[in-house]
Amino acid sequence: MKVVRDAVVVLAIASALGLAARAQTPAAAPLDTFHVGGNVHMIVGAGGNIAVQVGEEGVLVVDTGLAANVDRVLATIGTLSRQPIRWIINTHFHPDHTGGNEALAKAGSKTNGGPAEIIAHERVLTRMSAPAGKQSPTPAAAWPTDTYVPEEKDIYFNGEAVMVYHEPMAHTDGDSIVFFRKSDVVVAGDTFVTTTYPFIDRANGGSVQGELNALNRILDLTVPAHEQEGGTFVIPGHGRVCDEADVLEYRDMVTIVRDRIQDMVKRGLTLDQVKAAKPTLDYDRHYGSDTGFVTTAGFIEAVYDDLKNPQGKPRVR
Amino acid sequence: MKGTACGTAVLAAALALAAPASAQVSLVGEWSPRYHEDQPDRIPGPELGDYTGLPLTDGARLAADSWDASRLTLREHQCKVHNGPYILHGPIQFRLSEERDLRTQQLIAIHEYLNTYEQERTIWMDGRAHPPEWAPHTWQGFSTGKWDGDILTVYTTHIKQEWVRRNGVPNSEKSTTVEHFIRHGNILSHLIVWTDPVYLSEPLIRSEEFVLQERTSGNWLWPCEYVDEIIDRPHSAVPNYLPGQSPFAGDFAYRYGVPVDAAKGGAETTYPEYQMKLRTLPRPTKPAAAN
Repeated sequence: MKVVRDAVVVLAIASALGLAARAQTPAAAPLDTFHVGGNVHMIVGAGGNIAVQVGEEGVLVVDTGLAANVDRVLATIGTLSRQPIRWIINTHFHPDHTGGNEALAKAGSKTNGGPAEIIAHERVLTRMSAPAGKQSPTPAAAWPTDTYVPEEKDIYFNGEAVMVYHEPMAHTDGDSIVFFRKSDVVVAGDTFVTTTYPFIDRANGGSVQGELNALNRILDLTVPAHEQEGGTFVIPGHGRVCDEADVLEYRDMVTIVRDRIQDMVKRGLTLDQVKAAKPTLDYDRHYGSDTGFVTTAGFIEAVYDDLKNPQGKPRVR
Repeated sequence: MKGTACGTAVLAAALALAAPASAQVSLVGEWSPRYHEDQPDRIPGPELGDYTGLPLTDGARLAADSWDASRLTLREHQCKVHNGPYILHGPIQFRLSEERDLRTQQLIAIHEYLNTYEQERTIWMDGRAHPPEWAPHTWQGFSTGKWDGDILTVYTTHIKQEWVRRNGVPNSEKSTTVEHFIRHGNILSHLIVWTDPVYLSEPLIRSEEFVLQERTSGNWLWPCEYVDEIIDRPHSAVPNYLPGQSPFAGDFAYRYGVPVDAAKGGAETTYPEYQMKLRTLPRPTKPAAAN
């Protein structure tokens, strides 16, 4: 009996020491969350917005935020579910959406062990990795482990179909839009934001027509409830939770600006002349900025360059 | 007997303390509008290019000049709602009711059911905070209210984008409003101060009057289901006029003899002093598109 009693004492001391050690390490403060619908929550403030689907089978995360915020993201996911992270889906390769890939994958696990699977379009892997012998922009542990090439991929998890649609040449060349079919929530990545004009990353395969195709895809997926409000909710890459009516106004804005600049290109105006004509004047107080990552001038330049050398084509429907 | 007297005094004191809440004016009932004020704007509706009386930004004017009414035929536009700041300015009747705590009779919320678009609006009276900035916006927004004497003052945020005037003058989702509901007998005055940093250079102030209905009447339903109105148009098209190319430009000013600058609106045009300037402005000429 003494052996047992001593063992219990040792365990108690070890446990106490462990607790003390944990208490000395300040726990990361959780970020803000918002319950969007069904099993899906949004984490705010990690960089890009993060969607978290929770259920008995585990946790599915869409995008992982900036690397600097990973402890807070993990702490936040811990407030939503005690189940392991099983799946990660990247909407595109930018670091404000993939920075936490490695840590979140390692913090989670597949059902048969090993880090959680990371789903993304193949072009995300291409952008995050490098040919053999060359330095890759991100560590291998952060790369997608489960890529898809055709237009879409789907999995069934936590009792609902999760549809992943590729949008070629939109914000980048590897964008995915994720649709939680039962929860009725669309995760748009940076094909749709509420805070700025769209960032059309021409250097990485983005185009204004692809961006419009993506916005029109979101309009196709969303179904409003009573009088064009609610129903399917949309988590943008940055900004607030939206529904179809909000995406509609953004789609209209990008289309109207595209139409104006297209007309100016046809009339032979130079980029400077186009900028001087202020084709975004009616939206600048909402989405415009002279500073920061996405500027008004940058948006006009991207649209102008793209229309001079068109990349995307309208989706025929 | 002393104990009873003391108890009565305590009860009286308690009732007296409770008096302010129960003495507040009641807004409960069904209200119908009187359209004597701003009638052309509210009933037949404004004409294209009529921006008079609106403190518009240059961006708002461009948006309105670009607006093609055919945009309303797009599927996703067909069932859009007049949002909170606008809806009482249009044809409407509404029902106000109270939600009270069963035990304390404290006022939790005032509910406003609006027949136009079947809108349900809640004005929270329990001191709760507004939602965070990342919460969804709704047509009627999120409203909290407080009594200033007999005046119900309501602050609203989280409003969806729609319009300031239903000829294409937009509002933005950054709009906020302060409203005052003032009852005089069976007349209810509604005053709204609408702030929009995107499309209004100064707050827009409007007012309307409503009459208490003794008998319920009218249609309280507004079912809406979109249809494809133009079959051969690409779904991705957004009808709009390129800058300076609206075929209706100048029509309103010419038809009513309003100087073009005045028809364009702007904060300056909303002040009484503008009447002096108005007399010095040239009368509009016939627009080229009218030939």
